[in-house]
Amino acid sequence: MAINWFKYAAPINFYPLAGKLIPWFAILSALLCATGLYLGFVVAPADATQGEFYRIIFIHVPSSILSMFLYMIMAAYAAMGLIFNTRLSSMMATAIAPTGALFTFIALWTGALWGKPMWGAWWVWDARLTSELILLFLYLGFISLHASIDDPRRADRAAALLAIVGSVNVPIIYFSVKWWNTLHQGSTIKFTGTSMQITMQQAMFTMLAACWLYAMAIALTRVRSIILERERNTQWVAELAEVKQ
Amino acid sequence: MNLDIWMHAHPLTYVLIGSYGVAFLIFAIEIAMVLHKRKITLQQVRLMHEASEEE
Repeated sequence: MAINWFKYAAPINFYPLAGKLIPWFAILSALLCATGLYLGFVVAPADATQGEFYRIIFIHVPSSILSMFLYMIMAAYAAMGLIFNTRLSSMMATAIAPTGALFTFIALWTGALWGKPMWGAWWVWDARLTSELILLFLYLGFISLHASIDDPRRADRAAALLAIVGSVNVPIIYFSVKWWNTLHQGSTIKFTGTSMQITMQQAMFTMLAACWLYAMAIALTRVRSIILERERNTQWVAELAEVKQ
Repeated sequence: MNLDIWMHAHPLTYVLIGSYGVAFLIFAIEIAMVLHKRKITLQQVRLMHEASEEE
């Protein structure tokens, strides 16, 4: 049976679907997070050179990957909203931005905590670190610009332009360790594979899945509030069980 | 300097509190904010519909 995906581009259909998906994503995220922490702190051995400090990567790497991935998804949704004038796309972009900003902050914070014992400095103006900091400013710029314009449709269009232009920073972050001679180490996980020990890999990918599911659960919860806010004058919102209560 | 000595003496505590503790605190605050926003939005929408029904 073919699924009509365009059906879910309408807030009236997406709102109940998101409501059904959120508990599944949240429960799976919690379970995977517990598994990932168990693997990362109990099963995975200490690193030969970094000792216990390397265990920061189980939160640092997933946060860094998600900070970039969420930005690309946000920019893609914003672009769809701008090009096709689809309301839900712009709402999704608005819902993803705060979570992306928080993941970027966590990536920078945990990176600083790893940097101090390993490099002897909390922060260096390295290409990878600086481009990641610019990503945080891009997220904050998107959120601030959107919040500063009263008309939501105009705010969507203005913020979408910023998101699209800013997306050029994501490949810069990813390739910064190749293009420049940086203090930050090169990518351990590549498209061709990884040299990481197997339990360390399992812990990191489990935490990545947990963080991804968390991001989806929180973005969907946020977008449901945005949908309610923007569609409050429609008949279908008036007929919702939670509104009638 | 003291922090340097302490972090090398207690690496697991440093990692757990400094990175995981902060990250989970951020997640908890975000969850609370998102749930609060939903509660407030639902209240506003209900009030708006009640007011329009009374008219």
